[in-house]
Amino acid sequence: MGKLKVALYWASSCGGCDMATLAIGEKILDVAAAADIVFWPAAMDFKYLDVERMADQSIDFCLFNGAIRNTEDEHVAKMLRAKSKIMIAYGSCAYEGCIPGLANLFSMDSVLDRVYIDTPSTDNQERTYPRAKVQVPEGQLELPRLHGTVRALHQIIDVDYFVPGCPPEAKTTWLALEALLTGALPEKGSVISHSGKALCEECPLPKEGKKVKKFYRPHQIVPDPKKCLLDQGLLCYGVATRGGCGAMCPQAAMPCTGCYGPVEGVVDQGIHFLSALGSLIDSTDAEEIARIADEIVDPAGTFYRYSLPVSLLRRAKTA
Amino acid sequence: MNKFEPKIVLFLCNWCSYAGADLAGTSRLQYAPNVRIVRLMCSGRVEPYFIIEALQTGADGVLVLGCHPGECHYLEGNYRTAGRMALLKKMLRQFGIEEERVRLDWVSASEGIRFASIVNQMTEAIRDLGPFQREEVLYFPFGDGDAGAPPQRVAALPVEGATRAPIIEVTYG
Repeated sequence: MGKLKVALYWASSCGGCDMATLAIGEKILDVAAAADIVFWPAAMDFKYLDVERMADQSIDFCLFNGAIRNTEDEHVAKMLRAKSKIMIAYGSCAYEGCIPGLANLFSMDSVLDRVYIDTPSTDNQERTYPRAKVQVPEGQLELPRLHGTVRALHQIIDVDYFVPGCPPEAKTTWLALEALLTGALPEKGSVISHSGKALCEECPLPKEGKKVKKFYRPHQIVPDPKKCLLDQGLLCYGVATRGGCGAMCPQAAMPCTGCYGPVEGVVDQGIHFLSALGSLIDSTDAEEIARIADEIVDPAGTFYRYSLPVSLLRRAKTA
Repeated sequence: MNKFEPKIVLFLCNWCSYAGADLAGTSRLQYAPNVRIVRLMCSGRVEPYFIIEALQTGADGVLVLGCHPGECHYLEGNYRTAGRMALLKKMLRQFGIEEERVRLDWVSASEGIRFASIVNQMTEAIRDLGPFQREEVLYFPFGDGDAGAPPQRVAALPVEGATRAPIIEVTYG
């Protein structure tokens, strides 16, 4: 039997997911034995034209990481969907929008102002912004145009499987690759992880289910590494996050930030965590409750760190 | 000019505030007809999800009424609601949604007059704010909906029996 044809692509992402595919270690040799990479801009020199020339459905599977933020992301996503038999949203950006998706809290104008004018390290007195088209002596150059709203992959094309994580853990990556390489494929639309339950199920830190008088940010306290971080007032997202990663962050005294997405059956991860946290406040006085809640500096960014584009609200009203 | 008639979803707890609404009715008190009442066992059952979903599916405001502090039938359900609502209001501000669209208050079984007055105040407050602009907030400014299905929240691995012939035998290290 011939080798599988595999494509990897990064849209609006940091590149961490491309690195994460290599974290499977020597098992990469199994992949190399079974598959040929036909497109991987992060590592190899292919052009979009090479892909455009391929026949439809000629790629066996595509690991697509990154959110959809501009016309280039959208174009390549649609092109790879047509060429691929199986499309996998790999990593949190493609699955849920992730960090790039936080731009949905702002208007595109304010995002551009922040990046090209306002940042302290920027010296741009001519107020130069990137333009979609520019005339140079050699002809007209074009840049991809930004969308007003960042989207997850399934909001723009049909997606077969989802792999969570920012980036996905090696064992999660391998779980997905093993299924793809052996043909033991789960039902279409599955989120591939070792667990559908909350991270707390696999986290070994003992939980007492305490209520809290004060919420802390990680730099404000030195937590006891042998106790549940949420009990200590840190915003550990494990109660509302799918497990399967091995709970390494809380075991290193770093609160979970929720990158594996919602637990099974939950539509909106952020509101689920908000609900859990709100009921933890230890007070019977309305003013004190409001003051403790107010200690969470950036609720939208904390609760929707990875999932704003797929949340119920999807974006802020910025007009 | 037609007066804007807001739609308000009103969550009432079984033990205090629903009885308060009942008293308002049996006392023949007049109050704004803009509320749609949902009776729950406790205001602690009102998940913030319900509130956002109500706004998303046509409500202009959401009012939650529970037992006064210290009077919850389940001891602390209303404290939990208070914490959630404080967080939710702060977050809604970041989304550019007026926090007055969501209100939590307390009504006991004997406070029919208070019930009618809170409903009237809320209706006028939402009338002043105008309709909730859900298109702007909730949907993409371009395009018309999602192309593919959202993820099914199922992790069904490993699968019993391959669905196509294996390409390689995977070795376990």
